[in-house]
Amino acid sequence: MPILLDHVNYIYEADTPLAQKALNDICLEIPDGQFIGVIGHTGSGKSTLMQHLNGLVKATSGHIYFDGEDIDGAGFDKRALRSKVGLVFQYPEHQLFEIDVFSDVCFGPKNLGLSQEDAEARAREALESVGIPEELYHMSPFEISGGQKRRVAIAGVLAMKPRVLILDEPTAGLDPRGRDEILHQIKSLQEQTGMTILLVSHSMEDVAEYVDRIIVMNQGSVMLDGGPREIFRHYRELEEIGLAAPQVTYIMHMLSEKGLNVDVDVTTIHEATREIVEALKHP
Amino acid sequence: MLRDITLGQYYQTDSVIHRLDPRVKLGGTILYIISLFFFENIFGYLVAAAFLAVVIALSRIPFKYIVKGMKAILFLLLITVIFNLFLTPGTPLVEFFGGRIRITYEGLKYAVFMAIRLSFLIVGSSIMTLTTTPNNLTDGMERMMRPLKLIRVPVHEITMMMSIALRFIPILLEETDKIMKAQMARGADFENGNLIRRAKAMVPLLVPLFISAIRRANDLAMAMEARCYRGGEGRTKMKPLIYQSRDRIAYLSLAIYLVCGIVVGRL
Repeated sequence: MPILLDHVNYIYEADTPLAQKALNDICLEIPDGQFIGVIGHTGSGKSTLMQHLNGLVKATSGHIYFDGEDIDGAGFDKRALRSKVGLVFQYPEHQLFEIDVFSDVCFGPKNLGLSQEDAEARAREALESVGIPEELYHMSPFEISGGQKRRVAIAGVLAMKPRVLILDEPTAGLDPRGRDEILHQIKSLQEQTGMTILLVSHSMEDVAEYVDRIIVMNQGSVMLDGGPREIFRHYRELEEIGLAAPQVTYIMHMLSEKGLNVDVDVTTIHEATREIVEALKHP
Repeated sequence: MLRDITLGQYYQTDSVIHRLDPRVKLGGTILYIISLFFFENIFGYLVAAAFLAVVIALSRIPFKYIVKGMKAILFLLLITVIFNLFLTPGTPLVEFFGGRIRITYEGLKYAVFMAIRLSFLIVGSSIMTLTTTPNNLTDGMERMMRPLKLIRVPVHEITMMMSIALRFIPILLEETDKIMKAQMARGADFENGNLIRRAKAMVPLLVPLFISAIRRANDLAMAMEARCYRGGEGRTKMKPLIYQSRDRIAYLSLAIYLVCGIVVGRL
């Protein structure tokens, strides 16, 4: 089992009067190759949880195993772990610093100890996979557009060839088109490489179309964990914690209540359209 | 990681000390610091310690929290003590290497006094910042420095700059923490290697940090202009500072402390 979380707790600012429980007894299994959406409200602990997975934050109690090894165990190489579990932070464009786009993407692979040539090859590959055209390679990362910056920053992590890629709100602050582009690229990346992907978001709409599994976080605990169809069936509970199911779910439920024979479990607009057309053809 | 720096950060709770007028706290801190350098014997420091203990107790800030902030200046304290210990001339107590390095009686005395002075100074002034919001603090400063306006000192502008700077400390700390983590996630190593390698490792941290600071400054300037800020001329306060009876009591206690301290400390 690649990643296993065993009763993980995290207390923020432990031992100070500001102490706050950020994670509460988290037990999770993350198998290889899954595309997982991690959903939760601001402050639900989702970002903190993600930072545990590559050892940036140490659990107050509990264990995290990567390939069966305890990541807080003595002699465990955390830097090696960070190359296997790539983490793209919120607003990753804020971490860009090099003189040009290309050398910024090379930063990660070079830190892994790769030669200049290998690092460049990986940077090229990573930039291609996020759709950055070659004419931008030698521009300053501060001259390109917001959406491009974001993709360059994602490429910076991809160039390390992680087995697990965590993206913390990769679409925050992007317009709908930029959002769709990034999400599509992530999906096709996952299909091509079989990488495990964890996509953190507060919007069901964002993830519904792409993921195989959804983990819903609330107040530091895992509230729901399952396939999208299963999760959206709980749409009333989701509403109680300030989240919502995708609009499709609501429409399908309403149609069903009005007597139209449709499957209320569909998750994408595409499926919903087909379902409604079918139901109207054969009443 | 960087959140561990508690020195100088406001600590939210409700206490008598928190409610005091910032001018009392500012003036009190300054007088307290000056008093520390007046004492010539250990009894004066006992009075100072007692005074500090009472203030800490009244402020309802856990002692542990204050001590945590001291860690940041431990190194400075150590250097001061070592220099005083070894470099003060006088009656030798212990000699090493045939008298080339020696600890003198005076050196020991200065080292101990210096350590006490510095730690009391830090604790005393951190009590002020721990119990006063940055806004309150600069309000107090502005009011206290008002006479300087007569000699054309831009008091309002100075205090405004100060309150902005103070306001940005926690934000920039948080930002540093975030960027550090982001670069560590890309394999950056801030802990190992020699001095040159470590200095080089700071570039991926400093460049984004400066950019973000400039961006924030720009945004703030725009937000201030959008609300018609144009300096201190004719500006009124929503909550003007007015002395209450507790402030008078505080001034009185301070005076008693000073008298006691000077009488005992300079016998």
